[in-house]
Amino acid sequence: MSQTTQSPADAPSDEAVAKERGARAALWRKGLQQGLAFGTLVVLLLFFSIASNNFFTWSNISGILLATAVIGILALGTTFVITTGGIDLSIGTGMTLAAVMTGIVAVNLGLPLIFGVLAGIATGALMGLINGINVAYLKLPPFIATLAMMMVAQGLALVISGVRPIYFSGVPGFKDIALGTLIPSLPNAVLIMFILAAVAYFLLSKTVFGRYTVAIGSNEEATRLSGVNTNRWLVTIYTVAGVFTGIAGVVLAARLDSAQPQLGVGYELQAIAAVIIGGTSLLGGRGSIVGTLIGALIMSVLINGLRIMSIQTEWQNVVVGVVIAIAVFADSLRNRRGL
Amino acid sequence: MTAALLEVEGISKSFPGVRALHEVQFSLHSGEVLVLVGENGAGKSTLMKILSGIYQRDTGSIRVDGQEVEIPGPAAAQALGISIIHQEMNLMPDLSVAQNIYIGREPRKGPFLDERGLNRKAQQLLDDLGIKLDAKQRVGDLTVAKQQMVEIAKALSFDARVLIMDEPTSALTDTEVETLIGLIESLKAKGTGIVYISHRMEELKRLADRVTVLRDGEYIGTLERDEIDVPTIIEMMVGRHLDEGARPKASEHLRDEVVLRVTGLSTRQLLRDVSFELHRGEILGFAGLMGAGRTETARAIIGADPRSAGTIEVNGKQVSIKQPADAVRHGIGYLSEDRKRLGLMLEQSVTFNTALASMGTFTGPLGVVQQGKARTTAERYVKDLRTRTPSTEQVVKLLSGGNQQKVVIAKWLARDCDILIFDEPTRGIDVGAKEEIYRLLQKLAAEGKSIIVISSELPEVLRLAHRIVVMANGRVTGTLANEDASQAKIMEFATHLVADEQGAA
Repeated sequence: MSQTTQSPADAPSDEAVAKERGARAALWRKGLQQGLAFGTLVVLLLFFSIASNNFFTWSNISGILLATAVIGILALGTTFVITTGGIDLSIGTGMTLAAVMTGIVAVNLGLPLIFGVLAGIATGALMGLINGINVAYLKLPPFIATLAMMMVAQGLALVISGVRPIYFSGVPGFKDIALGTLIPSLPNAVLIMFILAAVAYFLLSKTVFGRYTVAIGSNEEATRLSGVNTNRWLVTIYTVAGVFTGIAGVVLAARLDSAQPQLGVGYELQAIAAVIIGGTSLLGGRGSIVGTLIGALIMSVLINGLRIMSIQTEWQNVVVGVVIAIAVFADSLRNRRGL
Repeated sequence: MTAALLEVEGISKSFPGVRALHEVQFSLHSGEVLVLVGENGAGKSTLMKILSGIYQRDTGSIRVDGQEVEIPGPAAAQALGISIIHQEMNLMPDLSVAQNIYIGREPRKGPFLDERGLNRKAQQLLDDLGIKLDAKQRVGDLTVAKQQMVEIAKALSFDARVLIMDEPTSALTDTEVETLIGLIESLKAKGTGIVYISHRMEELKRLADRVTVLRDGEYIGTLERDEIDVPTIIEMMVGRHLDEGARPKASEHLRDEVVLRVTGLSTRQLLRDVSFELHRGEILGFAGLMGAGRTETARAIIGADPRSAGTIEVNGKQVSIKQPADAVRHGIGYLSEDRKRLGLMLEQSVTFNTALASMGTFTGPLGVVQQGKARTTAERYVKDLRTRTPSTEQVVKLLSGGNQQKVVIAKWLARDCDILIFDEPTRGIDVGAKEEIYRLLQKLAAEGKSIIVISSELPEVLRLAHRIVVMANGRVTGTLANEDASQAKIMEFATHLVADEQGAA
């Protein structure tokens, strides 16, 4: 054989092998990331359609989408944070605080509705900004920084509202934000979710903002050494996530036609679960907006389907828990194959 | 004479409790390669971090083209045309080659990234540099050597006038080193000034226009091209004469008793029919290039990676080793090259680390750890191995590399391991302390331990091993007695120039 030398002739074949291996690894990863989640969704839809006649009807599907909207919007925002290798626990109660602020401005102060909406979004942005500063500049671990914000937001929501729900019945048009239908028979909340998903998709895959989100999650120190101001970008990323939280708060309030200060705890974990099921790596460096959307849909389809099959709420939790465990296992499988 | 391209003078830098640099100076002209040498801890990396804006100096001045400058951050260094390739990998594995090279400087179309332009630009750069890489490949899928080439391309993409390379060849194969040297030559011709940090005397001789030596954070001196001479440089580096020591002879040490016999060892990924014998009291060296399969052989023996074929005999009896715990039970200890991650609990004490692998010995009834007994054992090994530590309660993190290595050795000796496999035993250890580790390994062998040393440094293998197994592409390509071996001969086997026996048969 001509293997006796280390001549340059070896190099191209080496190259080709490495390239092919790289391409195959990438394909495998991509395939697993999106394919697994999407396949799961399709299987679930098929399964419930066969199991129950009431499942695959437009009214039920649109109900599922409506139920997905709030968690979905939260999950979209937090996908950015998780892609940096961080976590945001404050999105659940933060959303509640945003809803309450909307209520205070639009109902208690009686200002025009648009100010209420802006107040809600600004509240979310402000909380994100503070989270970002705590993480980037004060070097708090994201888990702790956002756990603190979670509790602060919960407390403030209760204090500001006086532990009473704020009803929007006197604000005409408010609930149309979620329940109106700009597109016939598609609730606006769902429309908002899809629009935000498109925005998030472009942000993550087509803009510098998204590039640095992935870079920071992949290797923050290397990104910093490349001359990127990582601290400022981290603050921006958390603030953008906060904006999504604020919008989720407004949509939730509109759907319930009220701001419920006691609500919110637990939403953050559902949103995080949706992100993970969608294939975004908890270790950072890999995020998928499409995946997050699918992940959020899987959660709602599961819960809705189980409910339609008259399975107890308690068992629904068990099933969702198992699904999350499987999703994280797939994530670790991907890490083992890849890198 | 025109002003130097880069000139630093009187640079000092202290960290709490440590004086890293004291009055250091050097100058670099355009179109030349200045090789910066010094032991680990001599202050080279600190100096480079000051130049790239990561650290700020306490005193001293930096001049570019005769103009005094400040370098408050990485972006400022880039603006001055100073680019650095760091020793540790600084890439984002999840991004593509192109995305890594132009991170922070992405071409845009309005608010969006111009991905196509980015890829075109990066591919152009790679092609110009003669680096055979696809700009669209994900960096995490590349080999370490290819990643290093990405680092180099990235540094060069800044149109750097000063390029600092911190041990750029530590992970490269010979062919790739040649590519890199070719690159450096063409950069020199374009007038780029290059600061090249390296331990490899071969490269130093080939590349250096001048050599500046640092020791213990101080400037020792600069040799002009015609003064460059390896023994002189080494003496300047260590400040004392090196005890070269006689090379061991296989014929004198080889005893008949085979303690470890590996036959036909193969793995699915790399290894093919690896066979060798290890005798009592022998130091067996494993040489080969990166990726030849030396570490993989060790890992397959101790059961850290699955085997597809092959048998292992310990003291003449065939044993079944499915996981590292089985290997330990048969007295085989593996000392990883990555001590800090895989060998030690850095935050724990010397005693804790020494006792860790043999807790059974130090556990009384009810599972209570007998701290006193553990301490006595640790103290004994500190004395035997001459570990320099204020006490056995010292946290391992605060010991030097050489002394950390001794703690790892103590851990396996305490576990009664008679077969010790060392993977790069002196990586990250000062030149002076290396000699001490060598003598310790020889003492252990003389006392009847059997030792395998995997090393990428040929002088180290020749200094230590009675016999040398050379590997290439997952196969054993040759086994040499020390007295028959030379660096050239080992490299022949390692690069497969000698007719492959399996191929010939």
